[in-house]
Amino acid sequence: MKPTDIGVPDYFHKVVDCQWACPAHTPVPEYIRLIAAGQFGDAYMINWRSNVFPGILGRVCDRPCEPACRRRRVDTEPVAICRLKRVAADFKEDIRSRLPVVAPKNGKRVVCVGAGPASLTVARDLAVLGYEVTVFDSGKSAGGMMRSQIPKFRLPDSVIDEECDYILNLGVVCHLERWVDSLRKLLDEPWDAIFVGTGAPRGRDADVPGRQEAGKHIHVGIDWLSNVAFGHVTSIAKRVIVLGGGNTAMDCCRSARRLGGTDVKVVVRSGFDEMKASPWEKEDALHEGIPILNMLVPKEFKHIDGTLTGVLFEKVRAEYDAKGRRSLVPTGEPDVLMACDEVLVAIGQENSFTWIERDLGLEFDKWGMPALDSVTLQSTLPRVFFGGDAALGPKNIITAVAQGHEAAISIDLFCKGKDVKKRLPPTVNLVSQKMGIHEWSYDNQVSEEARKKVPMKALDAALKDIKLELELGYDPKLALMEAERCLNCDVETVFAPKLCIECDACVDICPTECISFTADGEEGELRGRLKTPAKNLDQSLYLASGLKTGRVMVKDENVCLHCGMCAERCPTGAWDMQKFLIEIAHAGAEVRRT
Amino acid sequence: MTYLAKPKLLSADAPKNALGFTRRDYEGAISTLCAGCGHDSISAAVVQACFDLDIEPHRVAKLSGIGCSSKTPDYFLGASHGFNSVHGRMPSVLTGAALANRDLIYLGVSGDGDSASIGIGQFAHAMRRGVNMTYLVENNGVYGLTKGQFSATADKGSKNKRGLVNSDSPIDLVTLALQLGASYVARSFSGDKEQLIPLIKGALRHRGPALIDVLSPCVTFNNHSGSTKSYDYVREHNDAVNRVDFILPRDKIEASYPPGSLRRIVQHDGSILHLRKLDHEYDPTDRIGAMNYQQERHALGEIVTGLIYVNEDAEDLHRHLNTVEKPLNQLGDAYLCPGSKVLEALNETLR
Repeated sequence: MKPTDIGVPDYFHKVVDCQWACPAHTPVPEYIRLIAAGQFGDAYMINWRSNVFPGILGRVCDRPCEPACRRRRVDTEPVAICRLKRVAADFKEDIRSRLPVVAPKNGKRVVCVGAGPASLTVARDLAVLGYEVTVFDSGKSAGGMMRSQIPKFRLPDSVIDEECDYILNLGVVCHLERWVDSLRKLLDEPWDAIFVGTGAPRGRDADVPGRQEAGKHIHVGIDWLSNVAFGHVTSIAKRVIVLGGGNTAMDCCRSARRLGGTDVKVVVRSGFDEMKASPWEKEDALHEGIPILNMLVPKEFKHIDGTLTGVLFEKVRAEYDAKGRRSLVPTGEPDVLMACDEVLVAIGQENSFTWIERDLGLEFDKWGMPALDSVTLQSTLPRVFFGGDAALGPKNIITAVAQGHEAAISIDLFCKGKDVKKRLPPTVNLVSQKMGIHEWSYDNQVSEEARKKVPMKALDAALKDIKLELELGYDPKLALMEAERCLNCDVETVFAPKLCIECDACVDICPTECISFTADGEEGELRGRLKTPAKNLDQSLYLASGLKTGRVMVKDENVCLHCGMCAERCPTGAWDMQKFLIEIAHAGAEVRRT
Repeated sequence: MTYLAKPKLLSADAPKNALGFTRRDYEGAISTLCAGCGHDSISAAVVQACFDLDIEPHRVAKLSGIGCSSKTPDYFLGASHGFNSVHGRMPSVLTGAALANRDLIYLGVSGDGDSASIGIGQFAHAMRRGVNMTYLVENNGVYGLTKGQFSATADKGSKNKRGLVNSDSPIDLVTLALQLGASYVARSFSGDKEQLIPLIKGALRHRGPALIDVLSPCVTFNNHSGSTKSYDYVREHNDAVNRVDFILPRDKIEASYPPGSLRRIVQHDGSILHLRKLDHEYDPTDRIGAMNYQQERHALGEIVTGLIYVNEDAEDLHRHLNTVEKPLNQLGDAYLCPGSKVLEALNETLR
């Protein structure tokens, strides 16, 4: 097997599973250590730089980092990364003085359509550099879907206000309640670049018999949620059925429960485990007494003269073909009729680009999505860039932020007349953490504590007020205990074969048996004959050659606890613990003051 | 060394033996020896051997004397019986324990100071009496705890860390053991677990005195050029006569060996030692040949390693003394102390 080139930034980046999994590549262990040290403001600023909305994401992020967390592979549950982010936001000092100073205006004008997470990220990155950024949005306040679709009991307005204001106060001009109805008109105006961050605003409907007739009692989930968010809807009938198995369905059912629904259930076509909703969101729904019924396909809305009486479902089972594709096949059992008074349809979201004329030279693909370069997010009209759900289809907030960063880089390069494909590499820092024989500049003692539950308000009080935030968040003491569970995966084990005397001390001490000294071989075969076989193929082997006996050192990165015991036991310093800090290039990075 | 205890977190993929234990279950307290000490590797080899043999930790008694080596039983088999005896007196304490309860597996752990200096008399008599035990010598050639003076196994002409030359003749524990009647004699190197682990397994399943002299570099005081017990020197001068594959009666034999390259030795309990010959002339059942070979190679500055001698039909102290089969703790008071009338009757027969 080829020796590992640890000079390639991706190698160690991949070891930091959470950061690698985060679309915006937030340096997670770095900010968790700061939380443990009580430096909440510092932890917040690290987040702010990478993901722009730490307080928001600390409550409602899709958290791709947590399923990736190494802790999950040696313990039952991952570190509560998302809720620790909220801790940084909750307990930080006033950070306004630490926000970047805006560079003198460079004379370039950029317009962002939509004031959601993608647009605001673009606005922040470019405003700092001296761009004159204008944002248009049809809503009454900035935030986009974060404001209109996420229920207030999960994400209070005050948090959205605070974090949107940090951006808007950088000199971004924001025109609210302004509907952009034509891209042609925008193109005619003197903008140096146009960013489209209009999201996926259209909810998919359930096209089954009775939909039209009983239409008064059947609502499209995201529209209903936004009506709830803005106070247009304040109540719902007692018996409610929510169709769909995604996170929107979970928000719908939990909102319905708070607006008077006493018999609320979620009905899903697929099985429980295949549902698109995050496991914790399903848990939250179940916790609020909402049953989730699976493998049922809606067949008909039953009504009497337009008054909904129930929904008829067909029972199905999943069948998989040779390629593993699933199809839902009727079981042949009798249909199920569920009585209800109102239905919320939350079976998906679609993009809607009715305001973009199709003769402008901006190409769309066969699915009606803009044809984009997936890295630069530039459309076929060089001046127009896309990001967020509007770019590559509906995803989540953190992806929208990551795309906002990328689009900002593209726009900056474009406005400077440079090649948008020539992008800056990330900055990488690798520094030894050794302070003494048994001393490291990080706490290398591995906590064996289980994941801490986030304290919540009493359910009966929470269900009475839709604006009452359910989760209280960790207090500093719980936060410290949870932060201690982080394995510090960014403190990397770095091996110097020239110094090694092959005494086996590291092999013997490693608590998870991930180091082996053995004869070289092909990776597949080598994985099988390590001290503990390396079965997780997603995780790299770190291989170093150049040892005196001609053997190689192989370390399976999979379950390394980053405890530093190998380095403490090493008599010659061949192992060292070095902190790997990678910062993804941002458009605003060069004038950063934080 | 480290002050922290090993975290208990472990991957779900960690191997388990027939008893459901992981290797971690055979570990002991965290070692306080110097970082890189060969002794820690020997501890790890004992852990691996006991794990592989599915030994229940509570069926092992580990005994030791004084010294760096004699501290190590604290660092493995934390759930076994342990006895840390007076300097050099481990063999007699072990002999007593073995006589009282023959059902346990006895593991004596000692060093070159503990066995070749202060305890050499005890070492010699334990070997010649045929006590059923595994006797591990963690041999580094220096007194590490007192800052690196030459020990009795340091080679004549070798240098200490400050450059002083040793003028005394060395004691070779392998030669002594061969001469005194040990029935399983091996030498190995802490830096070569592939060789050491099967040798320990064979010794643990051997009936009779089994000596393994393990060269174990002292990284702090004896790992410099001029030392004959450093990692580099031992690797360069290692003359391995064979490689052992230890096979339990239940195991399937999967490896195939070229004809003539293998020597098969069956121990009393049915366990098998497959000796892959590295030196075609070498016969590990020829005690006198083994002694000669050892002397010849030593004169050339070579270190003979591997299974140097094994007696397939070995007998032990219990057989020699015709002792009772049951451990004393299972015999009951009346049997152990039959009373004055029985004593009088016995005395009568001797008058």
